[in-house]
Amino acid sequence: MNTSVLLQRVGQVDPTRLEDYVAHGGFDALRRALLRRPEKVVEEVKASGLVGRGGAAFPTGVKWEAVARESRTPKYVVCNADESEPGTFKDRVLMEGDPFAVLEGMAIAAYATGASEGYIYVRGEYARAYTLLRSAVDQATQAGFLGDAILGSDFSFHVHIYRGAGAYVCGEETALFESIEGKRGQPRQKPPFPTTHGLFGQPTVINNVETLANVPPLILNGAEWFRSLGPEEAPGPKLFSVSGAVNKPGVYEATMDVTLRELIEEYAGGVRDGGKVQAVLVGGAAGTFVGPKDLDVPMSFSGLRRVGASPGSGAVMVVDERVNMWDVLLRIARFFAHESCGKCYPCRLGTQRQLEIVTRMASGALRYKDFLRLQDLHATMRDASLCGLGQTAGNAIISGLKVMGMGMSDD
Amino acid sequence: MHVIIDGQRVPVSPEMTILEAAEQVGIHIPRLCVHESLTPQALCRLCVVEWEGARTLVPACVARVQDRAVIHTQSERVRRARRTILELLASTVDLSEAPELLAYAEEVGADLERFSDGERLTFPVYDDNPFYVRDYNKCVLCGRCVQACGDDMQFTYALTISGRGFHSRVDTFYHLPMPQTTCVFCGNCVAVCPTGALKAKEELLLEEGLSPEAIWQRKREEKRAWYKER
Repeated sequence: MNTSVLLQRVGQVDPTRLEDYVAHGGFDALRRALLRRPEKVVEEVKASGLVGRGGAAFPTGVKWEAVARESRTPKYVVCNADESEPGTFKDRVLMEGDPFAVLEGMAIAAYATGASEGYIYVRGEYARAYTLLRSAVDQATQAGFLGDAILGSDFSFHVHIYRGAGAYVCGEETALFESIEGKRGQPRQKPPFPTTHGLFGQPTVINNVETLANVPPLILNGAEWFRSLGPEEAPGPKLFSVSGAVNKPGVYEATMDVTLRELIEEYAGGVRDGGKVQAVLVGGAAGTFVGPKDLDVPMSFSGLRRVGASPGSGAVMVVDERVNMWDVLLRIARFFAHESCGKCYPCRLGTQRQLEIVTRMASGALRYKDFLRLQDLHATMRDASLCGLGQTAGNAIISGLKVMGMGMSDD
Repeated sequence: MHVIIDGQRVPVSPEMTILEAAEQVGIHIPRLCVHESLTPQALCRLCVVEWEGARTLVPACVARVQDRAVIHTQSERVRRARRTILELLASTVDLSEAPELLAYAEEVGADLERFSDGERLTFPVYDDNPFYVRDYNKCVLCGRCVQACGDDMQFTYALTISGRGFHSRVDTFYHLPMPQTTCVFCGNCVAVCPTGALKAKEELLLEEGLSPEAIWQRKREEKRAWYKER
């Protein structure tokens, strides 16, 4: 189903002007939230069924509830704006087109959980998003939507912006905390989870940009409305970044029952030059390749699970038949070897060996021994790596080989 | 409160790790980076075990027990991960002075030559001070020395990790020779090194066949030269 909730103001308002945002219903949700007790706001988000939009799909309300329960202060709300997954550019559109909505979502999260400080961790390459957010924070603070005694209440919330320096792993939540704390960007072992030991060791809500942008409309229209959009297992509007060999690459909003074929043919105008789909990478480099015969699955969790994939951040990269798949796989293997932080053994060593083997295969040397080694590397990185980077570093390679008819097994 | 480890019922207390619980009934879980005097980092992943119901394997050194958890320390999934990690390790490091790792490798049937066609980093041996020698060709990057030098023991912060991914390594800030760093030559890093990458100079010279007298004489000269240089 086509929706226009998250993108309703993108392209309609001037992202540099607070007045424009307010004139289009901005901060109405915050006003409404402040009239309720914080527990009620958490309940509403829980009842909505909203799950995180960064890729892990954790229920947002459950996360908020866990932080609200913590008595230690200060608590933090962190907006994960380190959008680095290859093929994902939806958060960028939100931050550049409707930056105040992200701030409003953060303020509501802070009010609901008792947090007093907020951090936005913006991907280093997103200079425009940074500038716009910077100006938005200043204007919102000046106007009393952020800062001390927000809108005359006794709720205070200060927002800081921090820029990343280009490391993919810093989008992993605990590595992101380490980075803000001034340390080497490496993930921490979980548990403890951020809800109890997050930024500076304090209870922390960390949500993706798109997750936070879902909050104001949810609070304004209620959980029941939210649940009425899309499939029951994952309700609400979702942004999809469609790129690659399509006529109209871009960010599209739909509910999660939309199928891959609809996204490619209806939303993105079909495969370019009338070509044919060879493979579709769903969920970015950490995602899974799906073959042309599986395009009718819905983009929901259960739908994509049937073909061994998951929606992830909502990236859809289309590879047409003119592209050499070996080049694509080599590029992905190189990406992971380059971005591995080097902390845990399976990923530090596995991504390097995976790159060497894929390099050899791409040059035409297909040896049985290498396929076996790739499968062992994939299983070991998936099962034993410390964070999501290593756990997913072999996904695209193995599924890509499968789509190419190379007879790889899931284990 | 109890857990089931490899089919055995093990009584536990809530703060216990899986590693400790297993130890109680004589089940030894392979491990490398964990050390009794240091905060566990859970980065070598050799101690991973299968916890029924968990999506991934979990590191036994930090995972706390939960009542009635069912844990397997020798399942095929665990052995495959352990085997592959050891095979990967052997493809980058000289494990000749790490007999425990060689024993683990034999136990899980690891072929230590399996990835030997891959790139291998080589380093010069750093012999830049009178106290200890650093041979990073033997370094497994367990990070113990960095921890001992930093928050866990000495608060000296002479050691750090430089580079990233496969190219990570233990280093000094700006790659300075050790005497020019904050190092106080406490020796804690040498004490916690599991593979002989860090070695007391006496030990090395004894291995090379020098007599104790000759070693002391040599170290005295080195110290003099070092002070003179400064």
